[in-house]
Amino acid sequence: MEALILAGGTILAGVFACTAWFWGANLALDLICPARGPQAGRNILRANMVRPWLFIGPAVLFLGLYLVYPVLKSTLMSFQDASGARFVGLANYRWLAGDAKFREAILNNFLWLLVVPATATFIGLVAAQITDRIRWGKFAKSMIFMPMAISFVGAGVIWKFIYDFRAEGLAQIGLLNAFWVWLGHSPQTWLTLPFWNNFLLMAVLIWIQTGFAMVILSAALRGIPEETVEAAILDGANPWQLFFRIKVPQIWGTIAVVWTTITITVLKVFDIVFVMTNGEWGTQVLANMMYNWMFRGAPDYGRGSAIALVIMALVTPMMIWNIRAARRETG
Amino acid sequence: MEGMAGRSARLTWAVNLAAALLVVLWVVPTLGLLVSSFRDRDQIAASGWWRAAFPATASSFVRAGTAADQVEMNGLWVIAGSVLAPGQGLQAWGTSARAPEAYAPGDVADLKAGAALTVAADGRYQLTSPTPFTEKRGLRIFVTTIAPPRATFENYARVIGAEGLGRAFLNTMTVTIPATVIPILIAAFAAYALAWMQFAGRALLLAAVVGLLVVPLQLALIPLLRLHNEIGLGKGYLGIWLAHTGFGLPLAIYLLRNYMAGLPKEIIESARVDGATEFQIFIRIILPLSFPALASFAIFQFLWVWNDLLVATVFLGNRPDQLVMTGVLRELLGSRGGDWEILAASAFISIAVPLLVFFALQKYLVRGLLAGSVKGG
Repeated sequence: MEALILAGGTILAGVFACTAWFWGANLALDLICPARGPQAGRNILRANMVRPWLFIGPAVLFLGLYLVYPVLKSTLMSFQDASGARFVGLANYRWLAGDAKFREAILNNFLWLLVVPATATFIGLVAAQITDRIRWGKFAKSMIFMPMAISFVGAGVIWKFIYDFRAEGLAQIGLLNAFWVWLGHSPQTWLTLPFWNNFLLMAVLIWIQTGFAMVILSAALRGIPEETVEAAILDGANPWQLFFRIKVPQIWGTIAVVWTTITITVLKVFDIVFVMTNGEWGTQVLANMMYNWMFRGAPDYGRGSAIALVIMALVTPMMIWNIRAARRETG
Repeated sequence: MEGMAGRSARLTWAVNLAAALLVVLWVVPTLGLLVSSFRDRDQIAASGWWRAAFPATASSFVRAGTAADQVEMNGLWVIAGSVLAPGQGLQAWGTSARAPEAYAPGDVADLKAGAALTVAADGRYQLTSPTPFTEKRGLRIFVTTIAPPRATFENYARVIGAEGLGRAFLNTMTVTIPATVIPILIAAFAAYALAWMQFAGRALLLAAVVGLLVVPLQLALIPLLRLHNEIGLGKGYLGIWLAHTGFGLPLAIYLLRNYMAGLPKEIIESARVDGATEFQIFIRIILPLSFPALASFAIFQFLWVWNDLLVATVFLGNRPDQLVMTGVLRELLGSRGGDWEILAASAFISIAVPLLVFFALQKYLVRGLLAGSVKGG
């Protein structure tokens, strides 16, 4: 309970400190460089140069300290030994190259990259198209979008229940095994099934991300100029042609955005694997492997950082693409 | 309603059916756990949750009384009692394991040496014999019982108290609220400067913000934890608030700047001409107009912080009284992996608030998503 009071106090203190800073700093600037008197022109010019930095200063400080500094520091640590005491050159990366678990993790990550963005985007596109055509579309959308609000851990519990296993002969309470037994097979411990268990974990992320893809693609579909659609109908296009030949080509840009956004999420996927299998039975991924090296047993910050840098390297192309897209838009 | 010409009734049906299928597919996983959270341990183990709405039948046996329980009545020796627990109904019964459903309620089974057994529909049985019973162990009566569907709130009561979820709920609140409010404050000012003020390095800063949007959080954990330790912050709420503020800022600045840049130029310029200071313009004009974008980001950040496991695991301690709900859930998955009644109720307490926020404020969430993504294309 006292923690909540502390939280309330912090919010008040935070709000107060922020307001005080912005208000006070602005006032101070106005006092130092008054827009009156003999040097009014010079003062206004000066104030205008300083003021943006008053507004943006705290943000720059936070971004620098909590994002830029850690990236640089991690890069440095990836060239150091377990405790960060001395430099070991490329030893950590050489170790990575030869490590079987790392190879498994990176292959799995690529498998995730191949499957999840494509599936989620495709189902999202189909869902967007069909929910726009029905009277209860709004409700349908909200149901498909709902998993977005559920934590990865919560989703892990939900899906682990679906994959639950009971010995043969007992009542199967996991949906998948119940269905499997109903088809006449014997129940499986799904999450330990090599290779296929990866897809069962991916199903969780697809379940979460499809709603996101649907919402964005639905807006894009609605933004398509009416004329193109009407012209196609007049020319006798059937609904399939209308969708795949006329509509989809016009929203490629948005599809690409959705795809890359999900790709970035996939590269960082951690919680799902962490709580469902913890990377055992051949399901290791980079983010979970990094966590293991950094926080399990005897931590090895060097190796952990090296893995983190690999994730960073995989994300970088998306980052550059993002920046270029944003710059194009703002001109 | 474009495309009427190309649509037939069959297509409409197919579309409705496909939508229904998708919705069912997407809702069923959550529904399964929700239903299970209202069933007790035995119910969960006895049948799949999809049977929860139907009466549950179960087979078992009950031992009749022993010789010590017999009474003499009208020249007959009688042992009487009930085979049912409260709330159960009797479907069938039997006297041997090979034919446990041999008799219907009310039937009379003839046993050896003139003895007879009858079990009524209400569960009362009567074992009669012309000679005194000598059994030291009671006769086994096999029963097939039927229990009406029933829901229980016990799981919830239990996890909130004994499993520490009540405490974790408060912890999560404590983490989430400041971690949502503080970044908004800082980002709003920065976004205004980036959208409406001229200064050297603006474009570069904007590009940096977009780039930082995708920096993997994993990279930041160890350096920041060490930094916190060095400056004496250690593990605690202040540390996690600051960390979440830092991690949330790029998206906050990006969303807010995009929104503010779209506000009509005339308003701001006429305010400047009227002699308003930048600070006044920001507080009086920009902030109120940006409410939709502020709400969008607040929802994102709230959901993200509430649902986060990694940052909380690293920046808060792992003592039971320091865990947030995702942390408790993770512990339970490890230690009580098979106790679905506990897991289901816990999971639902942890996702109840995000779901509420989601359904109440979906409009803003969608708007924020669109602002963040479609524009970038």
